[in-house]
Amino acid sequence: MTVIRFEGQDFVCGEEESVLACMTRHGVMIPSSCQAGACQTCMIRALEGRPTPESQQGLKDTLRVQNYFLACMCKPTENMTIGLSTVSPAYHTVLREKTVLNESVVRLRLDRPAGFHYRAGQFINLVRPTDQLTRSYSLASVPEDGHLELQVKRVPDGKLSNWLFDAFEVGDAVEFFGPAGDCFYVSGAAEQPLLLVGTGTGLAPLYGILRDVLAQGHTGPIHLFHASLAAPGLYLEDELRALERANEQFHYVPCVLHGDAPAGGRQGNIAELPMAVLGSLDGYRVFLCGDPPIVNALRQKCFIAGASMQDIYSDPFVFTPVPD
Amino acid sequence: MSTVYEQLGGEAAINAAVDIFYRKVLADHYVNRFFEGVDMARQAAKQKGFLTMVTGGPNNYTGKDMREGHKHLVKMGLNDSHFDHIICHLRATLAELGVAQGMIDTVIGVAESTRDDVLDR
Repeated sequence: MTVIRFEGQDFVCGEEESVLACMTRHGVMIPSSCQAGACQTCMIRALEGRPTPESQQGLKDTLRVQNYFLACMCKPTENMTIGLSTVSPAYHTVLREKTVLNESVVRLRLDRPAGFHYRAGQFINLVRPTDQLTRSYSLASVPEDGHLELQVKRVPDGKLSNWLFDAFEVGDAVEFFGPAGDCFYVSGAAEQPLLLVGTGTGLAPLYGILRDVLAQGHTGPIHLFHASLAAPGLYLEDELRALERANEQFHYVPCVLHGDAPAGGRQGNIAELPMAVLGSLDGYRVFLCGDPPIVNALRQKCFIAGASMQDIYSDPFVFTPVPD
Repeated sequence: MSTVYEQLGGEAAINAAVDIFYRKVLADHYVNRFFEGVDMARQAAKQKGFLTMVTGGPNNYTGKDMREGHKHLVKMGLNDSHFDHIICHLRATLAELGVAQGMIDTVIGVAESTRDDVLDR
């Protein structure tokens, strides 16, 4: 007999009873549909305790390592606390370094607060002290770094990005919540070919993922396509070329829509270029970050080009529109 | 007698089948407009449910689910010819996975039984 805790209440789960059946029997209505582990409607997260292996079958590995599971398939073998989200404490940090990387991107390096753990590629929610305005920014650093790195693009009329560019100075304190996000590298299959595609500051999480992948000893080919409208919009070219020289399995392809591409780069539509260069993506693990329409188009094109649905990870950046 | 689901190799095999099947569907310009703008991961999960059902795996799908789930597509013009295309992709997927002809016919028979529900009539 096991006990399932949900929102502070305890529910006793019968022998051979699934978490879904137990909760339903007690009046807690978890949305569900197929009740056979296929539709994933009843996916929920174990905040304490471990879900059974059967209940994680068919889930992406990034969800598995965060203890998500299918309530309909889980006959618990130990006590569990379940819920949809963890509550993040507010982390306090200070800006230590501010560097302009190109015409519209600034790099911010912040102290990494004690007790803050994340996976390269995840994001944080940064809160402006004066009015609690909150926006999500991807981490470009890796957990081994002593600092947290953000690469922020100045969005026209963007409230927080313009504040970060113009008013947030070295030595200033700020708070954030997190981490969040399912677009990261889970070790295993070290020989698998990887494709990383980012537009604009979509490079930020990919840069973290890339360094993480290399640090974890990935041996398979790694192709990074970084796209911008034109060459001045690219950044971190020197760092990426240095990584390319130091790691023979890594290939950096800077891409531009207009004008000439830098050496070794490509000119064209980023939603088409990776397939044009690599051909079939059968067997690839794919990471896509940046502008939502491009990320969504690439997700479909990569899948049609042969990548398995389970192997495509993406993080579309949504910009918050300014109210009229 | 074991089901096609078991013969294929259960849940893991259905995952592979979903990739093949969904890829065929998305590449088919006659039907892919019905899949525009949908969340691919959720759609894949639904297709996994569908393939699990038609191969005789564990499921709790009902005709009502099929009817409700496709009503908005019928309004967009979904008809028998589109259903025929999907059946064709399903047949090709199973053949590609090496399922014997007799078994394929059984699966197609189950899929065919959903036609009126899917087309809401």
